[in-house]
Amino acid sequence: MNKNQILKFFGYKLLRFVILMIAVAIFSFVLLDLSPIDPVSAYLKGTAVSESQRAILESYFGVNVPLTTKIYHWLVELMHANLGTSLVYRAPVTDVIIEKFSASAVLMALSWLLSGIFGFLIGIVAGKNKGSMIDKAVKVYCYAIQSAPPFWVGMLILMIFAIYLGWFPIGLGVPIGVKSTDATFIDWASRLVLPTLTLSLVGLAPIAMYTRNELIQVLSSDYVLFAKSRGEKGWDLIKNHGIRNILLPAVTLQFLSFSELFGGAVMVEQVFSYPGIGQTAVAAGLQNDVPLFLGIVVISAIFVFVGNLLADLSYYLINPRIKESEFSD
Amino acid sequence: MIKKNKGNDKKQWFLYPANLRTKTIIIILISAIVIISIFIASTFIKDIPTHFINANQIPSFEHPFGTDWMGRDMFQRTIAGLGLSLMVGFIASAISTIISIILGLFSSFNRFADEAVAGVIDLFSSIPHIILIILVSIMFGGGVLGVIMGVGLTHWTPLSRVLRSEVKEIRTKEYIQLAENLGKNKIWIATKHILPLIVSQIIVGVILMFPHAIMHEAAITFLGFGLPPHQPAIGVILSESMNYLASGSWWLAFYPGMSLLIVVLLFDLIGENVEKLLNPETAQK
Repeated sequence: MNKNQILKFFGYKLLRFVILMIAVAIFSFVLLDLSPIDPVSAYLKGTAVSESQRAILESYFGVNVPLTTKIYHWLVELMHANLGTSLVYRAPVTDVIIEKFSASAVLMALSWLLSGIFGFLIGIVAGKNKGSMIDKAVKVYCYAIQSAPPFWVGMLILMIFAIYLGWFPIGLGVPIGVKSTDATFIDWASRLVLPTLTLSLVGLAPIAMYTRNELIQVLSSDYVLFAKSRGEKGWDLIKNHGIRNILLPAVTLQFLSFSELFGGAVMVEQVFSYPGIGQTAVAAGLQNDVPLFLGIVVISAIFVFVGNLLADLSYYLINPRIKESEFSD
Repeated sequence: MIKKNKGNDKKQWFLYPANLRTKTIIIILISAIVIISIFIASTFIKDIPTHFINANQIPSFEHPFGTDWMGRDMFQRTIAGLGLSLMVGFIASAISTIISIILGLFSSFNRFADEAVAGVIDLFSSIPHIILIILVSIMFGGGVLGVIMGVGLTHWTPLSRVLRSEVKEIRTKEYIQLAENLGKNKIWIATKHILPLIVSQIIVGVILMFPHAIMHEAAITFLGFGLPPHQPAIGVILSESMNYLASGSWWLAFYPGMSLLIVVLLFDLIGENVEKLLNPETAQK
């Protein structure tokens, strides 16, 4: 593959990214502008002020400014990475998002890795023993967990491990009365276990089902029959003909799940009161904190885009069959 | 011949020898009856009596799902909640389906329309679904309307994608070209030539949309958007039960969630079997 193609690929993706981000920014801004939220009331939270003070605030929040002007200002400020001030946290939105997102990133990255690895392994085991008890158990588990609301799974896990067995604390990022900077590594880690477990258990179902179905298809193919007739069997057969074929699409699929991962994190963080971006999004939405919520929408869109980009990259750059050919699309 | 029949006996339906079509229809009917009866039962539940004497009872024969802190029977609350979820899911799926049909048919007009539809689909799928639902429900000012619109206006992306690719393929057919040359307008072609061919996709898409809508409705009410606390929606019941988890009231969370899971599974079952019936490759087996 030559440099030109790579440049073309990234140029195309960059263009797409910019267009998509502008679209998302305008779209979410217009939606929130149409909502009946009054920014002045949201800011005041019922505090009594005089008419003249209210007028000052109204001009500050731009209540009577036309929509097009507001969108223009929003986009210009977005270019400068200035997302305004959060009404709930009374701090710049960028600071709030960076702090909360880094907490969530640990959670999401760990669950992403664990669900990918275990999902793939379970899928391989189930596919290899098609029709056996293991396969049936995996199938039932995957169907059930895909139909279960993620927050309910989180609640069950919370009940079992935190309340019934008492192994882990019930929630919060760090113990009560301890500053987040003073918390030890163990404090952090012990509070990460249950949310990560929940997200992983939920996230491994699609990848396990995919791997299982693909492996069954591969194992019934002609080239596996030929390999068997040559005397290959057992693990070697799976490794040489199954995993090599399935691993790449599975990785791509796992990258494409960033959107569900984020959605799962929102609910799981709420259940375990883990101070991440999801909980912040819910708080911002419930308390009409428009600047913070807009910022989270933009950040989550970037997050999903990065996932899709990585999926594309894994498909185009690692796959030896496509490496040689041109980038289409 | 006889040997072959013997071999087949094992695989046959346990009631009487039935082919796949009969089995599929029976599965669909049973699932549909369960769901419809839940819905009908929920309409009879108006006020659930409170008995503070019976508060926080564990499941028994009298109260299969136990009682909550006000002594209300959790089984009744769950059924009422499921009925509410089904209704929200139904309205939301209807809205989403209409949007996908319009977008799918609109994409048949010309290349530009097709690109526009693809762009809108990309835009909606670039934001995580739950955040998008919250965004839309905020726009409608929250409440019941916010939930219905939030769920209804965001579930059309998968079906639209399917319809768009289907329409793209149909558009290359000769009779479409012929109709265009005969001077038929785009809307006529879309409704007379394209819509009848994508009906089966739409039916399957709608049924598979339902469980997603119900799950997201539960999720968003759990997070606190939309339905007021006194409405017995599944999400509200579950978020309320969060307060009693620490006191060991496991049944408050377990049974309502389990019922929701079963309803979602039933819908998935119906969807898959309807797809089997409608797909010509598997329908004749």
